[in-house]
Amino acid sequence: MSLWSTYILAYSIEEALQALACAPGPARPIAGGTDLLLDLQQGNHPPVHTLVDLTPIPELNRLEMRGDCLFIGASVPVREITQSRLVHEHALAVLEACALIGGPQVRNSATLGGNVAHALPAADGMIALAAMGAEAEVASLEQRELRPILSLFKGPGISTLEAGREILVGFQIPARRAGEASAFGRVMRPQGVALPIINTAVWLRRQRELIADIRIVVGPSGPVPQRACEVENALRGRPFDPVELAHARSLVYTSLRFRSSAQRASAEYRYQLCDVLIEECVGKAWKRAEVMELV
Amino acid sequence: MNSKKIELTVNGVAVSVDERPGEMLSDLLRERLRLTGTKIGCNESECGSCTVLVDGDPILSCSYPAAKARGKQVLTIEGLAGQGPQSNHLHPLQEAFIQYGAVQCGFCIPGQLMTSFALLQRNPDPNDDDIKEALKDTLCRCAGYPSIIQSIKAAARSMRTGEPVQPPTDIPPSQTRHRSVGRIQPRPDAIPKVTGKAIYTDDICFEGMLHARVKRAMVPSAILRKIDTQRAKELPGVAAVLTAEDIPGAHTHGLVVRDWPTLVGVGERIRTVGDAVAIVAAETREIATQALELIETVYEPLPVVSDPVQARQPDAPCIHPSGNLLKHIKVRKGDLDKGFAEADLIFEHTFYTPIHDHAFLEPECSIARLTPEGRMEVYVGSQIPYDDRNEVARALGIPEQQVHIIGQLIGGGFGGKEDIAGQIHAALLAWVTKRPVKLLYDRQESLIAHPKRHATQIRVKIGAKRDGRLTAFETELYGDTGAYASLGDKVMTRATTHSSGPYEAPNVKADCYAMYTNNPPAGAFRGFGVVQSAFAVESAMDMLAEQLGMDPIALRRLNALREGSVTNTGQLLEHSVGLLECMEKVEAELSRLAGPHPFRSRMVPGQPHLRTAWGIAAAYKNTGLGGGAPDKAGADVELLPDGIFEVRTSSAELGQGLPTVLQLIAAEELGVPPRMVHVLLSDTDLTPDGGPTTASRQTYVTGNAVRQTAAALKEMLTSELAERFDVSPDYVRFEEGLAQIDSQTLTMSKVAELLKAGGRQPLASTVYWAPETKPLGEGGDMHFAFSFAIQAVEVEVNTLTGEVRVLRLISANDVGAAINPLGLRGQVEGGAMMGVGHALTERFIVEEGRVISDRLARYRMAPITMTPQIIPIVVESPVPTGPYGAKGVGEIVTIPTAPAVTNAIYNAVGVRLDRIPVDQELVLKQIKERERMG
Repeated sequence: MSLWSTYILAYSIEEALQALACAPGPARPIAGGTDLLLDLQQGNHPPVHTLVDLTPIPELNRLEMRGDCLFIGASVPVREITQSRLVHEHALAVLEACALIGGPQVRNSATLGGNVAHALPAADGMIALAAMGAEAEVASLEQRELRPILSLFKGPGISTLEAGREILVGFQIPARRAGEASAFGRVMRPQGVALPIINTAVWLRRQRELIADIRIVVGPSGPVPQRACEVENALRGRPFDPVELAHARSLVYTSLRFRSSAQRASAEYRYQLCDVLIEECVGKAWKRAEVMELV
Repeated sequence: MNSKKIELTVNGVAVSVDERPGEMLSDLLRERLRLTGTKIGCNESECGSCTVLVDGDPILSCSYPAAKARGKQVLTIEGLAGQGPQSNHLHPLQEAFIQYGAVQCGFCIPGQLMTSFALLQRNPDPNDDDIKEALKDTLCRCAGYPSIIQSIKAAARSMRTGEPVQPPTDIPPSQTRHRSVGRIQPRPDAIPKVTGKAIYTDDICFEGMLHARVKRAMVPSAILRKIDTQRAKELPGVAAVLTAEDIPGAHTHGLVVRDWPTLVGVGERIRTVGDAVAIVAAETREIATQALELIETVYEPLPVVSDPVQARQPDAPCIHPSGNLLKHIKVRKGDLDKGFAEADLIFEHTFYTPIHDHAFLEPECSIARLTPEGRMEVYVGSQIPYDDRNEVARALGIPEQQVHIIGQLIGGGFGGKEDIAGQIHAALLAWVTKRPVKLLYDRQESLIAHPKRHATQIRVKIGAKRDGRLTAFETELYGDTGAYASLGDKVMTRATTHSSGPYEAPNVKADCYAMYTNNPPAGAFRGFGVVQSAFAVESAMDMLAEQLGMDPIALRRLNALREGSVTNTGQLLEHSVGLLECMEKVEAELSRLAGPHPFRSRMVPGQPHLRTAWGIAAAYKNTGLGGGAPDKAGADVELLPDGIFEVRTSSAELGQGLPTVLQLIAAEELGVPPRMVHVLLSDTDLTPDGGPTTASRQTYVTGNAVRQTAAALKEMLTSELAERFDVSPDYVRFEEGLAQIDSQTLTMSKVAELLKAGGRQPLASTVYWAPETKPLGEGGDMHFAFSFAIQAVEVEVNTLTGEVRVLRLISANDVGAAINPLGLRGQVEGGAMMGVGHALTERFIVEEGRVISDRLARYRMAPITMTPQIIPIVVESPVPTGPYGAKGVGEIVTIPTAPAVTNAIYNAVGVRLDRIPVDQELVLKQIKERERMG
């Protein structure tokens, strides 16, 4: 049996949603397809009747400022994101994460929309978007609405998006203001499965020597990505110094639940790396906030 | 819906085709447009071989729907030449890849070139890091990554300046002075390999060809109770479904022991997940795949034996009627007890190595075709064409002469294309259907089915005097040969005889148990058992050096094999022992790069969490089959009517550069330029048996065969011409591709014509017999030559995460004589990179007989981003019997890398790893433990 029967290139959101709704069999939206096509080829996803390709839709390919927000269209190839000055200026963590997705060929096809819709708990782009406080714009035939990124996750590989009825239009990231900065880091294992052991994204706002606000997102720390709330709380409003940071990092153990996964890492190793990555990313973001404040 | 058209532009030409359900761009290009230069290595977005450009961007065509390319510009390897400054010439990238020897097996090259081309379009002057980033996911298993990087830079320079591509300047010719041998010579097959015209088996398509697939047990241990193929046979488009009872001839195959069922029959034993129970031929691959699902099987599960130590327990379930012991291999020298009694210090430790997969980028493919005369032709890229012929004939129950193996280009082998189930399956289906049948493995099937590197457990116990002299060397090895013998006996014999390292110990005892298990079979793989024992021995030597308070080089030098040494099997080494010379040269280079204390841990300035240090390891490896096996090769050399000398032998080219080696040798002997020599390989009708391409034997054995045959032909031509022109043979000379007879000059085609006219065929055929060897246990020469090597490796360890990087690697190899320096460079780079992979990334995971590493994404090889600076040193300590002094090089280059890496890690952070690949989590854990202990 073929992996799909009909491949439709959609040129508008309306057209895409109609095609999904009217398909005579199971239908899936597809962008770069770097995950979905592999799942289909390897039998992890049953064959579908219709694939609706969202990449030709102009609105999904926009990357621009919209008022107080940076908008990244769901179908913008991640390579374009890594080369964008706007993303560099407003969401450096997203750029850093996108630069680590796959290899160059994959990055020419892969999209942030696919990364989020695929709902893997350690997807690099999604972890970074969550730390940026991004919202996803979701379109259905009835409406458009904004949803917080983390609300799109139901379980590992399961999105709350209604399959065949909703598509991701893009992501809105609050424009960077003075004193704000972000960073992303991850550690891989060179053997076995090609998934990160752990990744971490940090966004913070610096006020002189204080961390005025902070968001830390860590994957894979459960069935869905999570913020390290206790660590954030311990840092929020506190000065940036090694003692404060060490105390906050020690809360990783109560804030996040790591598990051991065969062929990848033990929970203990993940805690150690999480500690290292938080220190690294908070430190990086803190320095960037200073530099960027002077501009 | 099906009438929808896809209109696109491919290599500048407008194309309009019907849209087909589920079709990827790679299928459209390869199957419908017959642009077979685009290769499928994995079909899972891992290897990058299928890279093409869509609207200027490199994408993976194996996971890019064809329909998505509608309206777009597609550029494939076939269109690359047209993109250069001169449209009728090769693109500078193609030119540079040829000149720098970046092309080896060639299978990944279209992907490398397309990715590189896209890079240069954006960045006309890339540095090493830019290139590594761009080629990060375009894998090359021959792994000539440094040459690829240099090629790209040379091409970029050429494109910026408009000057021709400048040839490499850092590849020294051989020290031995010859006209052709030892000089830089680009590969004869390089142009087709860079233009996409090179044909591998899957690129061939016959009229009416069927597509085959294999039903595999996918349970590791069971009895096949029932198999029902009725529903599969009824599926429209299915031409044949065969089970064991349909095999007309022999039911088992195997290289040494015929213990491997071609198809497991009802009531018979399933011994591994890859065991075949039925084969299907159908009009399309999709139908054949569907048919597999309709075959019903019933298995009675049996307990699983999953490791060799368990297999040797008295109560272990029996895998073969003969038991689980394939062979107990023993090496004995001197008196071990006495040796330990004399020791001031006794050291003992156990080491572990995992299963490795060859991961050649071209998956196995065979096409079988019955000729109108009733002969069976098999098109296949195989390392042992004559064995293929024999096994196919046995299975069909026909005489060998009725089978014709036609060797194709091989997209990497490394020992993994010596076993031959696929050829037999394809031939059985072609025999029954009377139609050509193609059997292509997908990557998953390749990973599950073909024999791997043996996993081992090796206990080493060494006795030494206080000054470092070895007094006793004891080893006990367990080797996991999996479900079938393949070459397990030979591989583990080599592991055992090399298990006291390249050192002279007066008292040696080694015992090896090569055990059957329910894991995938293990067989030949570059290094052939010695990779495993070297990891144990070279780790142990560093540990011993530390206990003795000695420098690791000093300990090795004191005990190193040298001329006059007697090996552990009782062989007196009279010549060509370049180990000490390798050591001297590496030591000098180390002191230049790292000062007087290379093995001390250093902090990286400004990055206190990073530590670096160097580590070292030695290696040796036999050339040739040895152990009493007759080792011979036949070769023909013929002067063709067009004045070209054709060299013919059935040896296989896996990318290692054999055609160049044979071309240079023949050119040297005949006194003609290499361009006048053509090499034809691997055809059982046209080329005499060159023996298996294994054991680093081809340069020596077939090299000698070609040398003596070319010399014989020259002598024949000389005497014929002397007689014809009535001059003394002394006045007949061959120079610059012409025959000089006294004062007359003749072209070679004229010489051919003259001989033919006189009723002489200008052809010589000889068989070269390598010096006789002795079986293990009899003493004397077990092998006719050994290669030697020293590697030093610098690593950087991240003490916060446990991550390890290899920064620099010095590789000194005694190869006897460098006949083909450009090919040698590729072997050295690729061998080291495979070693880096073995050290850091490669582990073929099997759990309770089930393969976890069944995708390339779960079997990682070292990519270009892990490429260290590789510093090659060629040592030429000639073997008197080798062609121009040469011995083998194919394997030695991989052997010392892994222990050099783990020794370096120990030197950097004090963590001793006794298993590979390096587990960064364990590294971190032990760093923390050491910190706690203070």
